[in-house]
Amino acid sequence: MSTTTDRPGAETATGPTPGEIVRVTVPKRSVGSELRAIKIVWRRELIRYRSDRLRMATTLVQPLLFLFVLGSGLQRLSSAGTHGVSLKTFIYPGILCIAVMFTAMFSAASIVWDREFGFLREMMVAPVRRSSIVIGKCLGGASVAGIQGVIVICLAGLVGVPYAPLMILGIFVLQLLLAFSITAFGVMIAIRIKQMQSFMGVMQMIVTPMFFISGALFPPSGLPGWLAVLNRLDPLSYAVDPMRRLVFNHLSISPAARAALDPGITWWGWRVPSLLEAGMVVVLGLAMLGIAIWQFSRTE
Amino acid sequence: MTGGNGNQPDGPAIVVEHLVKNYDQVQAVRGVEFEVASGEVFGFLGPNGAGKTTTINMLCTLVKPTAGSASVAGHDVVRERDDVRRNIGLVFQDPTLDGYLTAAQNLQLHAELYGVRSDLVKPRMEQVMTMVGLWDRKDSPVATFSGGMRRRLEIARGLMHSPRVLFLDEPTIGLDPQTRRSIWTYIRELQERERITIFMTTHYMDEAEWCDRIAIMDHGQIVALDAPETLKAAVGTDRVTIHTDDDDATIAALKQRFDVDAKRSEGAVTFGVPQGEQFVPRLFAELGIPIKAVNVSRPTLDDVFMSYTGSTIRDAEEDQSKHRNRVMMQMMSGGRR
Repeated sequence: MSTTTDRPGAETATGPTPGEIVRVTVPKRSVGSELRAIKIVWRRELIRYRSDRLRMATTLVQPLLFLFVLGSGLQRLSSAGTHGVSLKTFIYPGILCIAVMFTAMFSAASIVWDREFGFLREMMVAPVRRSSIVIGKCLGGASVAGIQGVIVICLAGLVGVPYAPLMILGIFVLQLLLAFSITAFGVMIAIRIKQMQSFMGVMQMIVTPMFFISGALFPPSGLPGWLAVLNRLDPLSYAVDPMRRLVFNHLSISPAARAALDPGITWWGWRVPSLLEAGMVVVLGLAMLGIAIWQFSRTE
Repeated sequence: MTGGNGNQPDGPAIVVEHLVKNYDQVQAVRGVEFEVASGEVFGFLGPNGAGKTTTINMLCTLVKPTAGSASVAGHDVVRERDDVRRNIGLVFQDPTLDGYLTAAQNLQLHAELYGVRSDLVKPRMEQVMTMVGLWDRKDSPVATFSGGMRRRLEIARGLMHSPRVLFLDEPTIGLDPQTRRSIWTYIRELQERERITIFMTTHYMDEAEWCDRIAIMDHGQIVALDAPETLKAAVGTDRVTIHTDDDDATIAALKQRFDVDAKRSEGAVTFGVPQGEQFVPRLFAELGIPIKAVNVSRPTLDDVFMSYTGSTIRDAEEDQSKHRNRVMMQMMSGGRR
């Protein structure tokens, strides 16, 4: 009754009768309409991903280089330190995180593209909450990154990681959480940035250090003091660590190798449990989503 | 309850009272006032940087006014932002389509964002796309469309949710004359079929003739507002343009011998006289300076613009573009160019 029913008959029309104009009405905002908005923004990300096969390939190049080239190349140097475990196997969980992270950041970058190509305005003027747009974007980016993650998960067998169903399920869920949090992080940054070039610069400045410090390529124990501190502060560390623990749970290796390669992240000698680590990733992701929504609602 | 005043189709579609917008030190819009009746095609005319886009952005709730008030479709643009948004369609100066998606997907997305009832999406889409002649291209990616096709698709998209007021910001900018003409045909046809109010801006004088009423804007203010014919009739003089070798001497001579105030404009000397045809023979006989070419024309909207602002729209643009670049940059942030 409070909707704009200034076009009588709109609700009863069922199809276009020739010569008659199909009138539609825009309903008041409701939970349903917000969910619909979230869904369509999410779907758009997937449609775009599907039509952009090049992006699919390019974001995989770097992680795969690390995994197969660096992993094979450094193998001889490091075989003593890895207690016979292949370096590729060791870095695999970290590389999975990196692949997800790069894709998630690229997905978040689409906000900057949308702004540059004007499409953002189309969404900004729609009668929906800004939060719906941000949530849809984050879910879309997370889904796209999750799909990339699945591709890397499929490669597990090539680096000596078994296809144990429980482990696969575990790392699948973990990488989804990571994908969501990183997308939220990326969106939070992308909202403030007007040009793609600047976004790429910021990404280089933030993402690359995060990746190196996270321990994706080395075990987080026995590090020099400064690096140990940075490693504990890097949020990505808390995604890599539980991922690695999960994978190592399903490897048949000596206890010595396990202790050397999967020491886990410790806070003053206390080993942080996986569940807490995963929880931190989620909480951080939600916090950044909150900030992103807040920022996006303020932009004109 | 808020739907109350929005339900009167015959009330004014747009009411603007003393609207002001300042960007830092620049006054982009300085207190404009006007009303647009329901079903009217209303044009905002003026050089680039005159404040047209800022005004339109305030009306469609994209920019908050510094002072003053405005209501669109019966809803206040600041306090009832959502109600305004549900009732308006927008076609921006810069393209806002997603080139990766097909034409139909772009419209579908719009319908979902506006909450159009699912079973009405398809029929409505067919209708608006047929109207702009793009129904057979509905499954092509927008990236493959020409500039004119994109603009037509944007107009179709703006209509997807049956808005009461359609805002068109420079709908024909950058298009070739033929496409411009066809866009105008669509707009007029649209206004007749859907009975919606159209508010548009343009800086093409000839296009303003298509409007029921026009407001001429210059330096952030409305300097004239009426039907194009009335405005032209009010000028009352014919425009004479002459080319000579010495413009300064010609202007001086015109003042001295005929008491006519002439101006230099676009490389010629131009002035207004009541009866142009009768004046020309006297001009040749008495000016004393050789005339290379002469042109007499009935008043056009250019003359209307000139009589109110003292310059042609093109001169005004060159003039203003220097001062207003900053404002334009802010307004078009996110624009491609």
